[in-house]
Amino acid sequence: MLKNIILTSMILFLGLVIVGCGGGGRAVQIKGSDTMVNLGQAWVEEFMKENPEIPIAVTGGGSGTGIAALLSGTTDIAQASRNIEPKEVELANKKGIHPKEFHVANDGITVVVHPNNTINKLTIKQLSDIYTGQIKNWKELGGPDKKIVALSRERNSGTHVFFLEHVVKLGDKKNKNEFAPGILMMPSSQAIIEEVSANPSALGYVGLGYCTKMQKILAVAKNERSPYVIPSVSTVTRGTYPISRSLLFYTNGEPGEKVKSFIDFVLSPEGQKIVLKMDFVPIK
Amino acid sequence: MKKAFEYFIERAIFISGAATIIFVVLIFIFLLKEGLALFASESIRSFLFGRNWYPISDPPQFGILPLILGSLWVTVGAVVIAVPLGLAAAIYVAEVAPSWLRGILKFAIELLAAIPSIVLGFIGVVFMSPVLKYIFNLPSGLTALAGSIMLAFMALPTIVSIIEDALVAVPKSYKEGSLALGATRWQTIYRVMLPAAASGILAAVMLGIGRVIGETMAVLMVTGNAAILPASILQPVRTLTATIAAEMGEAVAGSSHYYSLFAIGIILFIISFIINLTADMLLHRK
Repeated sequence: MLKNIILTSMILFLGLVIVGCGGGGRAVQIKGSDTMVNLGQAWVEEFMKENPEIPIAVTGGGSGTGIAALLSGTTDIAQASRNIEPKEVELANKKGIHPKEFHVANDGITVVVHPNNTINKLTIKQLSDIYTGQIKNWKELGGPDKKIVALSRERNSGTHVFFLEHVVKLGDKKNKNEFAPGILMMPSSQAIIEEVSANPSALGYVGLGYCTKMQKILAVAKNERSPYVIPSVSTVTRGTYPISRSLLFYTNGEPGEKVKSFIDFVLSPEGQKIVLKMDFVPIK
Repeated sequence: MKKAFEYFIERAIFISGAATIIFVVLIFIFLLKEGLALFASESIRSFLFGRNWYPISDPPQFGILPLILGSLWVTVGAVVIAVPLGLAAAIYVAEVAPSWLRGILKFAIELLAAIPSIVLGFIGVVFMSPVLKYIFNLPSGLTALAGSIMLAFMALPTIVSIIEDALVAVPKSYKEGSLALGATRWQTIYRVMLPAAASGILAAVMLGIGRVIGETMAVLMVTGNAAILPASILQPVRTLTATIAAEMGEAVAGSSHYYSLFAIGIILFIISFIINLTADMLLHRK
């Protein structure tokens, strides 16, 4: 009974919101990864220039938020900077939703420090040791005698999950490594960028698109024997940069006509040109 | 006709009044339903006193002791900063300031309450945290202290206006009697006015705490959000509220992580309930 009242009022409320915003047709909803918000926005702007009859709204919140919204049927496309987890697929199937994946762009996770930092390169093992709290001072890496202020994204971020699996856990899912409790959890990529630009002992990681001249980008190597690589469009495309990832769209089964025309645009050479312009890496 | 109208208005007002109570009860039931589900797989003891907050690990750990201590540090810091400041400001406004200045001051204090917390958080990140880092020579300025200072600003308006009200409410005869006995103005304020307004002052402090402990956005931005057991106010902390705000987006609905965030909500609800109840009892003690 209670559930029904809550449900009804929610539906009524949603109805109001949709009627209020949509005018005529319902807007296509895109939701998810904060890393991809600006990219999604750029695609939509360009797409709507040619197709003004299809209104599209883009919101962030994190990859998990997007996938959760797809599962609850409140978004048409979930943007994700990590793959959907088996647990989530299971939950989706239970609700009669069948997530379909589209690989729309690539991204290199960029490790940044303050421009005055003397360190230029790190291995993934060293990064893992820093984020698990075993290396605490820049001195241990050949830098100045200063405590390392390691910054991470919050747990609602696909970047956090990717970094945890591929760097902290060294790419081994069974690995027991965790972010040390003392790691600062920042609410956004922008917050990491701000702290790194202002703090000479800070170390952080963000998507390639977020870096500016106010931070120094470190070269990263898979292990001591492999070459140190600076993340860039070409190194990510060629797959030589060791911590790169796919940026994805998820839809519920085969997308409808409107959504499909948008995804086709995203995957077209024109859409991929926008990827490059937004400092991410095209799929081809 | 008139009677029917009267009846209708009475009913409408009654429903509006009852609605608030119904909403509170509904929210509490919802919180309980979602939050208590956690304790099917987790003991209350390991939830409240566990030292590790790793909600998305395998197996997950849901120890909120660091979060409780984080909230505590930030709140205590904010109270230590805001209460003396607020008390002094209220005394000045109520007793010392000339009447033309009083109006301006009261308006300015209300204006302080109108600043959105996210704006204060932004100031905290861009301005406060580098200053703290420099003054205390810290690795990073994102600390409990930064949160305390920001929250002190947020609690100040509440504290000042309630203490001021309490001071104004002290019967005039007390003050006149004291001054007639030859006490100075300061002696009167210190020995007569403040003790007479004590319950109002305590209520102001409690409501200030209530404001501080529930604040989220500014804290999320400036405290660094590291789930450690903080040993000093100059360390980063993760608060209860910031944890919910930061993780709710990612939590898979129906997972124990999701339930644990609601369980944190229950803890926060209980804390604010106790604080508000205490404040209420103090205010109405005669």
